[in-house]
Amino acid sequence: MQRIIGFFLKYKYFLFFIFLQIIAFSLTIKSHSFHRSKFVNSANAISGSIYMKVNAIEEYFYLKTYNEQLLNENVRLKNQLALRLKDSTIWLQDSTKYKRQFSYTAGKIIHNQFRGKFNYLTLNKGKNDGVEPDQAVINSLGIIGITNTVNEKYATVLSILNGNAKINVKLKKSAHFGTMAWDGIDYNTVQIIDLPIQANIQVGDSIITGGKSTIFPDGIPVGIIKDFQKENNEYTSINVKLHNDMSAIGPVFIIKNADKDKILEIEQTIH
Amino acid sequence: MSDILRNIGLFIGLLLLQVMILNKINFLGYANPMLYMLFILVFPLKKERGLFLVLSFILGLFVDFFLDSGGINASASLLIAYIRLPVLKGLLNKTDVDFAVFKITKLPFLKLLSFIAIMVFVHHLAIFSLEYFSFKAILTILSRTILTSFFTIILIIFSLLLMTNQK
Repeated sequence: MQRIIGFFLKYKYFLFFIFLQIIAFSLTIKSHSFHRSKFVNSANAISGSIYMKVNAIEEYFYLKTYNEQLLNENVRLKNQLALRLKDSTIWLQDSTKYKRQFSYTAGKIIHNQFRGKFNYLTLNKGKNDGVEPDQAVINSLGIIGITNTVNEKYATVLSILNGNAKINVKLKKSAHFGTMAWDGIDYNTVQIIDLPIQANIQVGDSIITGGKSTIFPDGIPVGIIKDFQKENNEYTSINVKLHNDMSAIGPVFIIKNADKDKILEIEQTIH
Repeated sequence: MSDILRNIGLFIGLLLLQVMILNKINFLGYANPMLYMLFILVFPLKKERGLFLVLSFILGLFVDFFLDSGGINASASLLIAYIRLPVLKGLLNKTDVDFAVFKITKLPFLKLLSFIAIMVFVHHLAIFSLEYFSFKAILTILSRTILTSFFTIILIIFSLLLMTNQK
């Protein structure tokens, strides 16, 4: 018995070191293997409020960019509206009969990360603003990520630049589906895996979201094909250049899918 | 007493500096210096070793909270906190140094530099290995470790110069 106690006393720092290292490792593995790290996340009151303060200063540097984005989006929407007004004589719908599936909330990314392999963003909206886990985050240029952990005032967003992010996308011209993933190298380029060989792609083709998931609506822009390689009758690599500059992201929209529960319910009856 | 206050101030100051400014530098697209580990380098050697390990772990964990990175920084910080004494002993070729009055800024410059370089390299290598966690990414891990290490080492030396000149 004395020997055991002696052993523990002799190696107490080493054992303590191993004990803490095990905690750190389990936290790391949890955050790698499952994309929702429950305990360690930046959607808490302290880091949220600090990021808010930093962002209040930081956003002045990007005012010009954000203004241009806003202006371009307004032009696009105004053009769509003009087309619609010309096309149809009756375009006003009875709002009591018309039920929209997707609703948009405005928010702001207060901390942006794009350097590592598992990137998360911090959003200044939380439960109080109706944000829930697994909602789409986009801006006027394209997709940005999926909400992850949510607390009262803040939320973390799983960036599309995250090794765990798999998003259903399709070719705009032929509607062939594929899965978007990121190899962790260049923050402006993502990859498409398992696109069928029947899809005849060319450099410069547009990629949009597929709408097969309950998170992203159909047809949100992603990027254009930068280059691709073909081998043994299958695509070995397809690189897509994102429309968004992931290093400078400010105002965003959070999309809520009102039919999500119903879709999941009916999908569950199949399995 | 002032020693304790100074260390608390250093802990909080370095943490805030790290998460508010240094994590946003992205030099050459990727390199963010990790100056917060300076706390682990300059923490008094004579202090209780268990407390030192806990503080290093917590400092790393706080950085992880801000970066949503699980326990990567906590693990790396704990590792260099544990190997600090063996590394110093190895560098000074002595088994017993008078650690009660020892300060790393009193080291000759070359020894100081190699001490900092070893600690920074081990820390960064641990961080990037844990982040990528695969042998396929070994080149990415090494290139990022080396690039970021240079950046961190330079910043640490400048900070040490500033800290010693004040007195």
